[in-house]
Amino acid sequence: MIRVTSDSADLAIDARMLARRFGARWVLRGVSFTLGAGEAAGLVGQNGSGKSTLLRVLCTLIRPSTGSASVFGADLVREADLVREAAGFFSPVPGVYDDLTARENVRFAATMLRRPAADADSSLERVGLSHVADDRVRGFSSGMLRRLALARLIVQQPRLLLLDEPYNNLDTEGIALLNDAIRRTLGRGGAALVVVHDVASAMPVVGRWLALREGRVEAIAAPPPVLDAIGPPSPSPAVAVR
Amino acid sequence: MAFRDDWMRARAVAWKDLTAERRSKAGFNSVAALGITILVLFGFALGPDAEAIRAAAPGALWLAALFAGVLAFNRSYQVELEGGALDALLLFPGSRRSLFAGKLLANFVFVLLLVAIVVAASLVLFHVAVPPTWPAMLLVIFLGAVGLTTLGTFYAAMASRSRAREVLLPLLLFPMLVPVLLAAMEATKALLAGDVMRDARAWISLLVAYDAIFLSATFLAFDAVIEA
Repeated sequence: MIRVTSDSADLAIDARMLARRFGARWVLRGVSFTLGAGEAAGLVGQNGSGKSTLLRVLCTLIRPSTGSASVFGADLVREADLVREAAGFFSPVPGVYDDLTARENVRFAATMLRRPAADADSSLERVGLSHVADDRVRGFSSGMLRRLALARLIVQQPRLLLLDEPYNNLDTEGIALLNDAIRRTLGRGGAALVVVHDVASAMPVVGRWLALREGRVEAIAAPPPVLDAIGPPSPSPAVAVR
Repeated sequence: MAFRDDWMRARAVAWKDLTAERRSKAGFNSVAALGITILVLFGFALGPDAEAIRAAAPGALWLAALFAGVLAFNRSYQVELEGGALDALLLFPGSRRSLFAGKLLANFVFVLLLVAIVVAASLVLFHVAVPPTWPAMLLVIFLGAVGLTTLGTFYAAMASRSRAREVLLPLLLFPMLVPVLLAAMEATKALLAGDVMRDARAWISLLVAYDAIFLSATFLAFDAVIEA
């Protein structure tokens, strides 16, 4: 079992032997790692390696079959509501309502999160959707839907960002907006775990890399070799592998 | 404070569901059309015998509400499943019961409107006069709609996790709804006949008990059924 640890005492994620199975198939087979406050980690792995399942377990959408984990000290199972307060999940699907307008979608999220409606309007402005704020979402492009989902995440202001392939369908400006949201979260003492295939887009914000192989997490020094031409990742914070 | 937050969330969920439904109209139009179609078919099946039609009217009314309601309950979670909105909904912090309360409230308004249309259509199609006991009839409709909606919303949530949800929901729901449908039909029948035997009171008491038990049970069990 390989365990990756950080020097940070304030742990955003502390996963211990997390495992999850669907039927007879084990997707996660004892994932252990920590992510400190102020850190952003990129998570890579082949299709079906369990990256999305790990994020869904960490944001409390599905329960681990065995093992345990905490998010900023809150246990995933026993204190799921505290985890939901702390963690924001950015899913590959936008999770918005087609028959509501962009403003209504984000205001709905603001109400559910007990945030003022003004936050919803300012977040739409920040992601560049204020000009279509009163349009129904049904006609939005994939990129606009991603921006809308980002606006909802901005309203939430979570301490931990769990981002599942967040750069899909985003243009250059959208990628910059997302990376800015990650930097702001890190600046507030938060953390981010980013599942990426598009490693280049995450390079400016991700400080360390993890790989999921056969349901287990391994620390890796650099992104996959196919991306060598892009250059090495940012210097990693103290990461110990034991 | 927690109750106030839960109530705000429940209202937001109900507002969201009703706004989306009002704009799309697809759900309500098809469900109302189904309800009226069932009544028309009953009318044809029973033929010109006015007495038989009047005797069958309460059953036809509540069966139309049941079948149309099942479509509505399935649809209320279908909207969440399209585009992954259910995951987003479940990730909001706070009590999951507020989500159930919101869905329940929206479905209740929906079913109440549906029953109003079905009742109006029944009065016309079955030549049933508005009885003098109409306030008690309104109470029966209210209590019947509460019972139907409570279990419908609960089991639709349970079935939403399954690929065979359209098949699973009626299988789970229909047996559980037998008492509420029976009580609602019998109370309606008694009230339409002027309630000369004072039968309606017992059936209404059964409806009240059924609603109280299942409202409490579904609120308590919702967390467990919505968890993956």
